[in-house]
Amino acid sequence: MSLSKPPLPSGISFASRFAPHSLPRWSMPEKAMPKEVAYQNIHDELQLDGNPKLNLASFVTTSMEEECNKLIMESINKNYVDMDEYPITTDLHNRCVNMLARLFNAPMEEGECGVGVGTVGSSEAIMLAGLAFKKRWQNMRRAQGKPFDKPNIVTGSNVQVCWEKFARYFEVELKQVTVREGYYVMDPQRAVEMVDENTICVAAILGSTYNGEFEDVKLLNDLLLQKNKQIGWETPIHVDAASGGFIAPFLYEELEWDFRLPLVKSINVSGHKYGLVYAGIGWVLWRTKQDLPQDLVFHINYLGADQPTFTLNFSKGSSQIIAQYYQLIHLGKEGYRNVMENCRENAMVVKEGIVNTGCFNILSKDNGVPVVAFSLKDRSHHDEFKISAMLRRHGWIVPAYPLPPGADHITVLRVVIRADFSRTLAESLVMDITNVLRQLEMLPHQYINDHKATMTNDHNNIEGVKKRITSSEVRRKIIAQEAKRRQKILAA
Amino acid sequence: MALSPRVREPENREQLCCTFASRYVRDSVPKFTMPEKSIPKDAAYQIINDELMLDGAPRLNLASFVTTWMEPEVDKLIMASLNKNYVDMDEYPVTTELQNRCVNMIAHLFNAPIGEDETAVGVGTVGSSEAIMLAGLAFKRKWQIKRKSEGKPYDKPNIVTGANVQVCWEKFARYFEVELKEVKLSEGCYVMDPKKAVELVDENTICVAAILGSTLTGEFEDVKLLNELLTEKNKETGWDTPIHVDAASGGFIAPFLSPDLVWDFRLPLVKSINVSGHKYGLVYPGVGWVVWRSKDDLPDDLVFHINYLGTDQPTFTLNFSKGSSQIIAQYYQFIRLGFEGYKNIMENCMENARILKEGIERTGRFNILSKDVGVPVVAMSLKDSSQHTVFEISDHLRRFGWIVPAYSMPPDVQHVAVLRVVIREDFSRSLAERLMSDIEKVVQLLDILPSPLPLKAANVSTIANDSDHHHKVKKSEMEIQAEVLEFWKRLVDGRRTGAC
Repeated sequence: MSLSKPPLPSGISFASRFAPHSLPRWSMPEKAMPKEVAYQNIHDELQLDGNPKLNLASFVTTSMEEECNKLIMESINKNYVDMDEYPITTDLHNRCVNMLARLFNAPMEEGECGVGVGTVGSSEAIMLAGLAFKKRWQNMRRAQGKPFDKPNIVTGSNVQVCWEKFARYFEVELKQVTVREGYYVMDPQRAVEMVDENTICVAAILGSTYNGEFEDVKLLNDLLLQKNKQIGWETPIHVDAASGGFIAPFLYEELEWDFRLPLVKSINVSGHKYGLVYAGIGWVLWRTKQDLPQDLVFHINYLGADQPTFTLNFSKGSSQIIAQYYQLIHLGKEGYRNVMENCRENAMVVKEGIVNTGCFNILSKDNGVPVVAFSLKDRSHHDEFKISAMLRRHGWIVPAYPLPPGADHITVLRVVIRADFSRTLAESLVMDITNVLRQLEMLPHQYINDHKATMTNDHNNIEGVKKRITSSEVRRKIIAQEAKRRQKILAA
Repeated sequence: MALSPRVREPENREQLCCTFASRYVRDSVPKFTMPEKSIPKDAAYQIINDELMLDGAPRLNLASFVTTWMEPEVDKLIMASLNKNYVDMDEYPVTTELQNRCVNMIAHLFNAPIGEDETAVGVGTVGSSEAIMLAGLAFKRKWQIKRKSEGKPYDKPNIVTGANVQVCWEKFARYFEVELKEVKLSEGCYVMDPKKAVELVDENTICVAAILGSTLTGEFEDVKLLNELLTEKNKETGWDTPIHVDAASGGFIAPFLSPDLVWDFRLPLVKSINVSGHKYGLVYPGVGWVVWRSKDDLPDDLVFHINYLGTDQPTFTLNFSKGSSQIIAQYYQFIRLGFEGYKNIMENCMENARILKEGIERTGRFNILSKDVGVPVVAMSLKDSSQHTVFEISDHLRRFGWIVPAYSMPPDVQHVAVLRVVIREDFSRSLAERLMSDIEKVVQLLDILPSPLPLKAANVSTIANDSDHHHKVKKSEMEIQAEVLEFWKRLVDGRRTGAC
């Protein structure tokens, strides 16, 4: 009599023998498990992640159209770097570079190709741009017979953490212009004062992470031109337009910040912020070929023609590049303009709602990235972290952070208005903020200050995920520790 | 009398038309400037989809190690996490937890000296390029710190590798200003020779990089021997030169097929290992891993500390925002397949590689350069390259739908050119047999075709073959051209558009 193995209970993974066991955490399991069970378990655990669309902390796109999702899934198995095998995908990448170069007014002829590359995000883009400046400066100094071992870069203290990474990993000194109360971005005058012969470039931000403000690149350009003329240096400018690069050309066309300014040699922009693509794509553009030292570029032979490449990453997915092209041709300038105008409108709604509560100062500007940054007028009873924690209970993720060095006694709450943040959501948010304020007023003053209130959310029942302790004091201690070790906030 | 409102004609009739009836397929596709106007999403989708049809078929791409197929369940998980930015650890704590679990599993797989429940030191990256840059950076910084404390110069770091390294090592060297000292290959030895490598080590060497699974032939380098020789040299000189193992392809093969091969953290000088999740980790492109032996091997000033969930999450990556999908997919593969599943898949790959190799050997025209122990790759060169080259074979195979690349070997053996077939998980036995028969066809075809190599005036000179293949006969140029034309006509008429 042959005994066949009993089949698994059909369909229901919850009834199977896998359900009572927790998922492996330290070592690969010895045995395989059915795919349905694997899927179900992971899917269920992931329910406990936050909802991307309610995440008002992030600039990064959280929804795209179905058609785009189809294109993404169809190309998920294409390794972008196989240019020989996937020439069309490479062509789409090149088209995006051309379009963005023209969008930023790079000095080009009709039919000429832009100099630039797609990256995994603005971090990689910035590292590549920084590397190009460093190499150019080194070549120049070597030719002049001067020392080239102490390069530095001038930025504002409001830069995103990737500039710090660049400086630390590529051994460039970071000279930061501290912000001050009332002026939360880099002051061009002070920046130019800091420039010396070892400065490889000055980095300006179009769309400061903290409050969405555009730095005055034109003024920086004019002042730097003067200094360059006086001293005979050639210090260039890089514009970190990670968020602003897809906003300024559509909402503020007259604002001169891009290649129209002669000292701007490279620009980076995040495709996955207001480029309206999912996480995983950025772009860096150079003014001309001369601004990209050839010894940094690797030449790959594809289709019998030379494809120059300059990236840190090699193998990566192709999906986001295709998605970017989809957005560029589907929306066109008109579409992007409409989206950005809607974002700006909704940002106004949120801002006005917040102003009407009477409890907040607004630190973001009307002209800039659609972000509303606000801080409490009166912090004697409760602070922004408390508000952030209570909003979390309503489902909203609204982060609170201290401003950069120079103004770090001020803490802000920041709401990012993305393309999928509708008017309805804006009004709900305002209502919830008002409710939270009311709730806080009703709480006895003593309760808040004396107790280290441990607030747990629904996450606390699952093993492996630590409890969230959100007492203001503990937070402040951690923030102070962080500031001491020059940490940067998560401000993507 | 109530008048019902007339139904108004749609203002834009084009929205009713199917894409191919609309004007969108008449206009040329924007290539240089962003279009002024929007177009409907179906038109955008259709235009892009149609152009992409001309890309190669990923699954027939035998050039790449990178995974081209995953189960539909994973596709569901990927779709659901497309909009999660991995770096938002605060908002997506479970995704971060999954990454940490993967790091632990890989560290254990590579025998890192950590306790049962101890957290490993490592990180998920976008690929082995980023992983290698991070590992290299760590070595560079450690070396600089050591030299500074000894009061010695630290401005000329170098790294010792074989000339068979993948281009990302060259990138690392160029971008991070480290000198690349390459051990030249020699005929018959297409990987780094440990003895020569150790000879090249000097006081400025930040590490020696060994490859487990050479890109060109799939061979595993002898890390154990390297470790022994380097330990000796370190003892003599007092230097502390460590080893990094680039296990981009081999890292998910050796533990399953050759568990007795000692190449990982069991060797004391191995301080970090990188592996590509998107090669034999069986995940779509976009994920790699780097693991360090212990906390001490990762200098703290390179690590950025982010506060999440009230605790410290150290991060050390070049990329910041990126998708979460591939990390989730990697975890899925680990728990879905387990050790047993990976082993079965790798065994299948090796079996198919062996079948292919034997079939190719049977044609009698090729030398096999890949080894039996290594990554499932078949690398072959022509015994006789005087009339035709592997580049032509590669070209002809393309016409059958196969993408089989041909390359010259690195300096010092650049006269050797190889065809390389990578056997991935989704390359079944039937595909292997089909490929074999197509290779045979191409070889026979080349016997008829004249050599494209430079011709002497007017006549084709013959080369009498010693083998039992038919001799070429002296023909006039006209006759040969006529023959070639005939052949092409036949080929075009009987053209197939795909191989399976």
